[in-house]
Amino acid sequence: MNFLLEIGTEEIPDWMIPGALEYLGGRFSELLPNVRTDATCRRLTVRATEVPEKEPDREEWVLGPSASAPPQAIAGFAKKQGVAVEQLVQRDGKFAFLKQIPGRETRAVLAESIAGLVLKIPFPKTMYWTAKSGPRFIRPIRWIVALLGDEVIPFEIAGVQSTNQSAGHRRMGRPRFPVTFENYEQALRENGVILSADERRAKIQAEMPVRIKPDPKLLETLVYLTEYPAVVVGDFDPEFLALPEEILTTVMRAHQKYFSVETEHGKLAPQFVAVMNIAADPDGLVKHGNERVLRARFNDAKFFWETDQRRTLEDRVEDLKSVTFQAKLGSYHDKTQRVQGLVAILGGSEHAIRAARLCKTDLTTELVKEFTELQGVVGGLYARAQGEHEDVASAIYDHYKPVSMEDSIPRTASGQFLAIADKLDTLIGCFRIGLIPSGSKDPFALRRAAQGIVKIIVESGRRILLRTFVAKDPKLEEFLLDRVRYYFRDIRGFAYDEVNAVIAARWDDLVDVQKRLQAIQAVRPTADFEPLAASFKRIANILKQADYTGTGRQIEPDLLEAGPERDLYDAFKQVRRTIASLEYQPALEAIATLRPAVDRFFDKVMVNVPDLRVRDNRLALLHSLLTEFSTIADFSEIVTNSQETKV
Amino acid sequence: MDSFQQILFKLKAYWAERGCIIQEPLDLEVGAGTMCPETFLRVLGPKPYRVAYVQPSRRPADGRYGENPNRLYKHQQLQVILKPSPPDIIDQYLGSLEAIGIDLSKHDIKLEEDNWEAPTLGAWGVGWQVMLDGLEITQFTYFQQCGGIDLDLVPAELTYGLERLSAFLQMKDSVYDIEWTRGVTYGDVRFKDELQYSVYNFELADVPTLWKLFDLHEGEAKRLLELYPKYLEKDRFPLLPAYDQVLKCSNLFNTLDARGAISVTERVGVIARVRKLAVGVAEAWVDQSQIAEAVSA
Repeated sequence: MNFLLEIGTEEIPDWMIPGALEYLGGRFSELLPNVRTDATCRRLTVRATEVPEKEPDREEWVLGPSASAPPQAIAGFAKKQGVAVEQLVQRDGKFAFLKQIPGRETRAVLAESIAGLVLKIPFPKTMYWTAKSGPRFIRPIRWIVALLGDEVIPFEIAGVQSTNQSAGHRRMGRPRFPVTFENYEQALRENGVILSADERRAKIQAEMPVRIKPDPKLLETLVYLTEYPAVVVGDFDPEFLALPEEILTTVMRAHQKYFSVETEHGKLAPQFVAVMNIAADPDGLVKHGNERVLRARFNDAKFFWETDQRRTLEDRVEDLKSVTFQAKLGSYHDKTQRVQGLVAILGGSEHAIRAARLCKTDLTTELVKEFTELQGVVGGLYARAQGEHEDVASAIYDHYKPVSMEDSIPRTASGQFLAIADKLDTLIGCFRIGLIPSGSKDPFALRRAAQGIVKIIVESGRRILLRTFVAKDPKLEEFLLDRVRYYFRDIRGFAYDEVNAVIAARWDDLVDVQKRLQAIQAVRPTADFEPLAASFKRIANILKQADYTGTGRQIEPDLLEAGPERDLYDAFKQVRRTIASLEYQPALEAIATLRPAVDRFFDKVMVNVPDLRVRDNRLALLHSLLTEFSTIADFSEIVTNSQETKV
Repeated sequence: MDSFQQILFKLKAYWAERGCIIQEPLDLEVGAGTMCPETFLRVLGPKPYRVAYVQPSRRPADGRYGENPNRLYKHQQLQVILKPSPPDIIDQYLGSLEAIGIDLSKHDIKLEEDNWEAPTLGAWGVGWQVMLDGLEITQFTYFQQCGGIDLDLVPAELTYGLERLSAFLQMKDSVYDIEWTRGVTYGDVRFKDELQYSVYNFELADVPTLWKLFDLHEGEAKRLLELYPKYLEKDRFPLLPAYDQVLKCSNLFNTLDARGAISVTERVGVIARVRKLAVGVAEAWVDQSQIAEAVSA
């Protein structure tokens, strides 16, 4: 049998739909074969084929009283199960009965489970609409189609009863019409709805008549914002091209959901592409309306651009005194002063320091008040327009970067220094006054700031000793370390134990951390590495149990026993000499050659011998091994299969 | 082509036919139609209610001296509340657009997610901005909470931006060119407000005086709210006048904000002060309504 479920709703936010489908697909696949899901902004659809009419029959052991129970108890159990005592068998020392459970009708199972399953879709923000105690969903549910074969699966959600009646496009379809599994997509199509997201996407792409700037995210938005998408190409006055491209594209994309259009030479063309939720625009009204709206938006932007230019960024530095950064951390003017200082300490050039002075002044411009997402960018554009050095302008332009872990880092050294200093100042300040992120609460986006710093340092290869700036604040240091781990582990994909091992050695220099991680990653698959790591862990345990701190003790070669102990010492000296001049990876390979010597030592030599001098000397040898070779990574942090914990 | 006032008449008539009381605007300064007691207080409690009214809404920071073609210190909202929201609410709404002459078969309508929140009122809801050929013409909200209280019945709130809608229908690029009625433009009627209030809000408003007024109104609202629990004849207690004081505070806050007199961090604190009063009135209102119910039952 075929199964069709359509949950008809008011318009679901586009970005939540793929997640909802994934959830529905997963849950229905637990119940039904061949599940596929589809959606538009007004319907979530699940279909399945070859659905059996009923679940298979099952057998289940029902356990009763123990074999030694009094006869009344046994009789009582048999009676309760509806069988004669003779039919009971003994199982695991108990009377038992093999109960035959006929499989339930799929229709009944679905009627019972669909409502609960649908209401459990994890939407980010739900609402209630029937009454305070009513069910919650992303938007009100208005109709439900639920069919198994030709029959309706009866159930209700929020007072809406399932039927075979679907609903069409708000303006191009009938409000209600019957559907079957077989004619479902066709019936929707006749009522102005393209069910398949792939088909809607393909339709939009096919209708794009001009070169558009690719924008996959916007495309997905429009695919799920429409039931029947169609493309409209509009024009705007080329005079607006005098405005910076960033501003025009932001207005089009973020505010109007339009694609920007490029000329053959990759320049912005005076055109835009809108996607409407209706088949055609025969009288050009949609085109004309969108053009009017865009004109008003561009006029606003132009007005702001021109008004803002009446005062230079330099003029605005003083204004920052009345823009609060944070009550206890002062104004943006105060912040600017601190950031300038930090840029200087980090080693930024005159240009970087100049950029620091001006970087926040765009907060006082009308354009940034209107398009907050353009902060920094606008400052950079104004700086360029006002004749600041290009290095200054681009540093300001980039200094909020990276805004996410996918975003790129600032392009220039000045931009990188400024971005690090700005974020570092925010972190140091907020931690100092106790604004420390906890759980999901991070109003100042400190995690993003810290990750941004890490990303800039590592990807730019700058040898900035980050720890020295945060060492005074143990909480901040720990927070930052957390972000360092996160970056290498979750963003860069290094194994967590490798990250732990490398960081345990030291993490002042993040570029160096990366180099050591790459070395470990390369050496790890070789045969000797993990066993040696296991031995190092063993050494660490031995030293710990012996409370051995090793301070001031030298190895006394004379006390070393000939054979494995002496051999290990010689190997140790040899490797120590070798690695002094080596890069990390060959050094690790050299250290790994110690493995046979270490293994033999543990096989043949007792550490805990009665002679304390010999014992301490052995501990000193092990301690030297551990400390000398733990500068690249603390091998005892490596998780190995052959982990030995015994001493 | 319909004039501004004809569009208004038609929308009012449309919603009157659908059971709405047609109210007149609140006679106090407010930032949005939502803040009027007709919305803020009426959405509380279990009683169904339908109302529509035009509310001149003041946003001091949006003033542009009458120079910007799209931005106004004071704009006119048509506020429609349907409590509880009927299942065909969106169709009814689309019908209202047809009633003012928009042929929906020839235009693009999209409902784009836009959740609404008013921190000073302890109110939020989920909904959409309704886009007509790329122009936001209406804010559509299913209220969930008001005055910090979960609502018994979920109202639908429709807020039409009348200037935008009229400019669209009349194909005007500037709101000031909208024909208000024959031979009279929007600019003729409203330009002076825009200019003079911009000058006042941005240049001449006296900050210490505004703070003093804020404190006075806050004090009066507080005094009343503290009196309420002790007051014996609850059903005649003046909560509506108390709420007036809250609205005064809200408008003063907006004016101070436009004047640049409130820092980002102060903002949070002042919003919390107004919110506390609004929540206090809402709670007392619910209590008072329950008492009135009990008495009449």
